[in-house]
Amino acid sequence: MYELHSVTQNYQRRGQIVTALNDSNLRIADNEFIAVVGPSGSGKTTLLSVLGGMLAPTSGRVVLDGQSIYDLCVDERTSLRSKKIGFVFQSFNLIPWLTASENVQIPLMVNRWDAGSQRHRAEELLDRVGLGNRRDHRPGELSQGQQQRVALARTLANDPQVILADEPTGNLDADTRTQVMQYLQEFHNDGRTIVMVTHDAQTAAFAQRTLRMVDGVVREEPSAQAA
Amino acid sequence: MNLRYMIWKELWQRPTSMLTSFLAVALGVTALVAIQNLTVFSEQKIAGEMESLGANVLVLPPAVTLQDYYAADMHGHTMPEEYVTQLALARMPGVENLAPKLCVEATVDSIPVTLTGILPRSEFQAKAAWQGLGGLVNPIGTDRGCCSTVARVDTSNDPNSLATERTIQDLGEREIILGVDLANQLGSHPGDSLTLWDEEFTVLSVLPPTGTIDDGRMFAHLHAVQELSQAGPVINVIEIMACCEDAAGSLIPNLTAELPQTRIVTIAQVVQTQVAVNGLMSRLSWVFFAILLMVGGAGIASVMYANVTERRKEIGTLMAIGASRRFVTRLFLGKACILGVAGGVGGFVVGTVVAIALGPYLLGIQVRPIPMLLAVGIATATFVSLAASLLPARRAAGLDPCLVFNDA
Repeated sequence: MYELHSVTQNYQRRGQIVTALNDSNLRIADNEFIAVVGPSGSGKTTLLSVLGGMLAPTSGRVVLDGQSIYDLCVDERTSLRSKKIGFVFQSFNLIPWLTASENVQIPLMVNRWDAGSQRHRAEELLDRVGLGNRRDHRPGELSQGQQQRVALARTLANDPQVILADEPTGNLDADTRTQVMQYLQEFHNDGRTIVMVTHDAQTAAFAQRTLRMVDGVVREEPSAQAA
Repeated sequence: MNLRYMIWKELWQRPTSMLTSFLAVALGVTALVAIQNLTVFSEQKIAGEMESLGANVLVLPPAVTLQDYYAADMHGHTMPEEYVTQLALARMPGVENLAPKLCVEATVDSIPVTLTGILPRSEFQAKAAWQGLGGLVNPIGTDRGCCSTVARVDTSNDPNSLATERTIQDLGEREIILGVDLANQLGSHPGDSLTLWDEEFTVLSVLPPTGTIDDGRMFAHLHAVQELSQAGPVINVIEIMACCEDAAGSLIPNLTAELPQTRIVTIAQVVQTQVAVNGLMSRLSWVFFAILLMVGGAGIASVMYANVTERRKEIGTLMAIGASRRFVTRLFLGKACILGVAGGVGGFVVGTVVAIALGPYLLGIQVRPIPMLLAVGIATATFVSLAASLLPARRAAGLDPCLVFNDA
């Protein structure tokens, strides 16, 4: 379970203080599928960064499974991220000079899996996203949809409890968007918690619960009114 | 997959920057190895040439100049033979061999010849034994270890050693050695007899060609020449084979102090110049090495900074999915290490090949690889490469992983 207690995040820009999260409180139960919507600059990405343990808030606490994650040192947060949190990015963020299989192996490598287990797990996950026959292809040799599926396989590599997705369908056409969302739905059905930032109402509609962010404040919103 | 695999694969994905960094490091090592190779083998060649030159220090009567001696050592001036014993007993560091000589005119079958009286080493040994100092002076120079090139002192009685070492172990009072040109002129061979001052001499040996005035001379025991020419116990010159380093340093003042009544001349300028040029080359090679490595280090740092900037998103992604700062640091320092080792090895190979190729043309020397330079090249290049990459690596490890998000 995720909990945000009075989280405020301020940035300093050209001498001015910009508030990205404004005394936000939020509770995300295990196995929830949440869409976060809102205009650009409303603090959606800041919320994901804070949830991902990558951006210490100016004030407030972020608790994951009873552990205040910003009471941990940077390396402990990195370790927590590698074990419990998976990320999906709008532009996939695959490493261009590694093959699909090698990209999926990265989270396993940093967790010191042996080479054979890494390969086996990567094959298993690529098969799951329908890319078993493209494991030796580099990202540049794959379509956008295929690249996002490789990224989804990488996200699942360490079997994360939480998936944080930043505009996962932003670069995809309608058919591929549906396909990717079906995979995310499937991961949710596996028991994972998903927090997804999106501008797209159709994408947000896959979520159980929608949060709207306006000027750094998180508000509950019925899914049908999203975006 | 592991860290090493990632470093290796990334290197080959960016061949231009890899090559630039490699060249930046390798150039410094190449310069060092090439110049050091040429210097070392040039020094060896000079040492060899000095050795084959024979005497490099001359003790002459005060009125004689070096030009007089080399133009014709029949200058007529003499000095007492006891100076030889005095020098032998002085045991000066750097003195490898002593060769006293007395040159006189004589005739053989109406043919005018120059007869050089020489003192065999057995005479020094006898004098030293007589004075109770045999162990100290036998043989001269060999127990001092002062020369980088060990002196060859032939303890056999090969008369040909006179051509290369300026001395001979034993020579009978009625034995004679001929230079090759004179032997041809006289038609004499080893074992033949020759008459000098109405005395019968046996030809002990004919020297091999030396290309010097010795080819036209005959050599007999110094005391026989002194007795038959009625010159008395005198000599014209003491030729000294000395270590180059000492000849260019303290030996001459020591000799002058020991024999103040003589004129000590040396090819010191040549020796000093050669030693100085070699020393300068050696020092310059380290200066070039340092400068080129600094330039190389700056080049690597620049390439690494560019690499970090280029890979910001990639590094952020790695950190977002669990790579620690230590992992990212090792990613860059590992790359620097590979480049340093490769640059060191590459520089050593290229530098050695350049030295081998240019050595014979530039300096007339044969160059062989010096393994120690490989170790120096690798160690220094790796150190510079790592040092130059330290800040870029820290910068990479300090990147904010939030930059992976779309609008970050």
